[in-house]
Amino acid sequence: MSAIPMPAARAALNAERARMHARRKRVNAIALTLSLAAMAFGLVWLVWILFETVRLGIGGIALSLFTEMTPPPQAETGGLANAIFGSLVMVLLATALGTPIGILAGIYLAEYGQKTWLGSTTRFINDILLSAPSIVIGLFIYAVVVAQVKSFSGIAGILALSLIVIPVVIRTTENMLSLIPNALREAAYALGTPKWRVIMTVTLKAARAGVITGILLALARIAGETAPLLFTALSNQFWTSDLSQPMASLPVTIFKFAMSPYENWQKLAWAGVFLITFGVLMLNILARVLFRNKH
Amino acid sequence: MAATLPASPFSDDKKMERSDPKGGPPQRRQSLPWADAVFSLLTHGAAWLTLALLAGIIVSLVIGAAPAIEEFGLGFLTSAEWDPVQEKFGGLVMIYGTLMTSFIALLIAVPVSFGIALFLTELSPSWLRRPLGTAIELLAAVPSIVYGMWGLLVFSPILSTYVQQPLQTLFAGVPILGTLFSGPPVGIGLLSAGIILAIMVIPFIAAVMRDVFEVTPPMLKESAYALGSTTWEVMWKVVLPYTKTGVVGGIMLGLGRALGETMAVTFVIGNFNQLESLSLFEAANSITSALANEFAEAGEGLHQASLIYLGLVLFFITFVVLALSKLLLSQLKKGEGRAA
Amino acid sequence: MDAKVDLSVTEKAKLSVRNLNFYYGNFHALKNINLDIPAGKVTAFIGPSGCGKSTLLRTFNRMFELYPEQRAEGEIVMDGENLLTSKEDISLIRAKIGMVFQKPTPFPMSIYDNIAFGVKLFETLPRAEMDERVEWALKKAALWNEVKDKLGQSGSGLSGGQQQRLCIARGIAIKPEVLLLDEPCSALDPISTGKIEELIHELKTDYTVVIVTHNMQQAARCSDFTAYMYLGDLIEFGPTSELFMKPKRKDTEDYITGRFG
Repeated sequence: MSAIPMPAARAALNAERARMHARRKRVNAIALTLSLAAMAFGLVWLVWILFETVRLGIGGIALSLFTEMTPPPQAETGGLANAIFGSLVMVLLATALGTPIGILAGIYLAEYGQKTWLGSTTRFINDILLSAPSIVIGLFIYAVVVAQVKSFSGIAGILALSLIVIPVVIRTTENMLSLIPNALREAAYALGTPKWRVIMTVTLKAARAGVITGILLALARIAGETAPLLFTALSNQFWTSDLSQPMASLPVTIFKFAMSPYENWQKLAWAGVFLITFGVLMLNILARVLFRNKH
Repeated sequence: MAATLPASPFSDDKKMERSDPKGGPPQRRQSLPWADAVFSLLTHGAAWLTLALLAGIIVSLVIGAAPAIEEFGLGFLTSAEWDPVQEKFGGLVMIYGTLMTSFIALLIAVPVSFGIALFLTELSPSWLRRPLGTAIELLAAVPSIVYGMWGLLVFSPILSTYVQQPLQTLFAGVPILGTLFSGPPVGIGLLSAGIILAIMVIPFIAAVMRDVFEVTPPMLKESAYALGSTTWEVMWKVVLPYTKTGVVGGIMLGLGRALGETMAVTFVIGNFNQLESLSLFEAANSITSALANEFAEAGEGLHQASLIYLGLVLFFITFVVLALSKLLLSQLKKGEGRAA
Repeated sequence: MDAKVDLSVTEKAKLSVRNLNFYYGNFHALKNINLDIPAGKVTAFIGPSGCGKSTLLRTFNRMFELYPEQRAEGEIVMDGENLLTSKEDISLIRAKIGMVFQKPTPFPMSIYDNIAFGVKLFETLPRAEMDERVEWALKKAALWNEVKDKLGQSGSGLSGGQQQRLCIARGIAIKPEVLLLDEPCSALDPISTGKIEELIHELKTDYTVVIVTHNMQQAARCSDFTAYMYLGDLIEFGPTSELFMKPKRKDTEDYITGRFG
């Protein structure tokens, strides 16, 4: 019994294939066009948002933005100096606080806890913290700090932001350290190096580009966070460098001003949005360039 | 018959003199013996701290919400009454808002992200790949407050004129869709919030999908092409099943972000604590917006406790989503094992 | 399987392995190995993949202790003491037994710092002495002339063969007594391989060298003694010329003549 179809059967098979092929080609063409449309769709939003941010925000960029305080509604002059300062201080301090904890825990996960109970639990919990809504973090700090001392403060804001930094840094540190081949560690051990030195002077050093990138990304993330500051640092119309007082920040100020009906406030809000957007984008690009250069 | 030994190319007269540098034999000296222990303690401590943090968050939320939990119990989840004056609170409006906006967001974001990932991995000319990929990733970096503000001041008027009003006239009178599209088409409400969330979430899901599509072994795709498959068929029937773990992970990531997002939603959702109809155009509220708008002024007592109760519910929802996704992923992995 | 070679008075054993058994979890990877590694000579371990030669090598400097599921039972005696049960700090033991790996592993630092790394663990040397030690190690590893002008540059900028010699220099700098080489040339081109084989020949004046290789010709070229292993057993051990020309066991002969492996 031959498996090769007879000429007539072969012709029928080919005809069937041709029919199906036409349909498959059509489906393919439709799918690929839709895919192109999706790409365009995604790009359109990015371009539109950036365009509007520039258009509406750049008009408000002036020296006064950095030198004058947030004004009352419908005032003639005003700037965002106290908000900018507050944001800078809180973001930098939060990163400085959260990074060491994050790196240490990341080291634990990659170098000590690969198979332990504590390791897998920490990894799972870190995943939860990473996906926890940032407003819930704000609630936590409110309950633990603000409600206890009965006052909003810059410190509370810093604590809330650092709780967002920690899981990000843990994740990137662990990932980057795991990429380092074991042979490098073994080479250091073979020389008689104690474990802490292997980690600090060889493994972590080899992974430093990725770890620094992770820190920069965490910094960029909290620079734009509003929710955790809403009920921790609250806001402040005036300049303050006292961390135990409520502190103005760029995102919260933008929130307040944008939702208002006052034109001068809205204009300042757009300028603030412009600042944040481009600050964050610059940080991201910097992180990218740094990472690519080391590799 | 054994192999013959090749003549050694090294003559013995090339041996070096043993030349020690100046100085006596090395004094073996240990580095500080307690350094290892201290370092280990620090790293373990940091890990324990993360555990403590989670425990702390849960405990403080429960304590804060306790008055409301005591007062309303689980009925809080089904009651739509939110009256600060009478001190009667129910979270249904916010919970519905959170779930609905996230649902709309995923409905839009998942197919679009898939399309973007497909484009980036299969269709795009190679010189365009990196810039486009970077563009999408940068979209993910834009802070949510920018989306919110842009959404309110730029997008919602346009949505109102070009999308909502036409939809309303189109589906007027149609049974279910008509109700969905009724209400004031002014550009705020669940639909607006859902669309803005979708735009926010697309970069995350697209980036994950693209990453997993990229690491699909080329030979897998080539085998499919060699059989005469079209590009679409390779993606849909070979790559997608191969990468389904990563894809599901990406979708869950997007869902988690959508559920917890505050700023992108607060600007356009309307902050209205009533649920009168199923319309997507009516002003509504989500858990995060309610918190953002009301918490700072809420007096201590039942109002604040109810808000914290809402926060607890949200935390619980995101936790369930995460746990489900991990469960799903492990099931998918097991399924692959059996098939193999 | 007792393959202890009959060492005449001219050959002293540097490392004596007695009844060594090794396990990866439940898998019995090394079966009752008995072996004497002669001092001041080059000993090669050969055998097909999976025979346990690298495993055996890695028991000498207790590298397996980094992995909890791996364990060794038996004796490895060096200078009268069993390394496996010694109370001495593992760092000091590893300082006496240097190791070079299959793929070159320069540390992420300058060439100078790579060499100085190990030295700094055990000695505090003034700058001038450290410079001398670095130069000495690089000369011993036949790398000095090629890198003497770029000691401050990163180690990863060197070619594969140079990196491997850097790793050898790094290992020598702390003045070990034994050098373990785990397939050191498998990632290198023939010319670099040749240079390293020359180096091995010169190093045996001062060190006991054990080299694992899957390249039989390399073993024949470089070593004084050869051990042939198969599936965790030591099949035969003896002077290289004897093992290759007049192997005592048929298994050895089959492997050497290429009937399998």
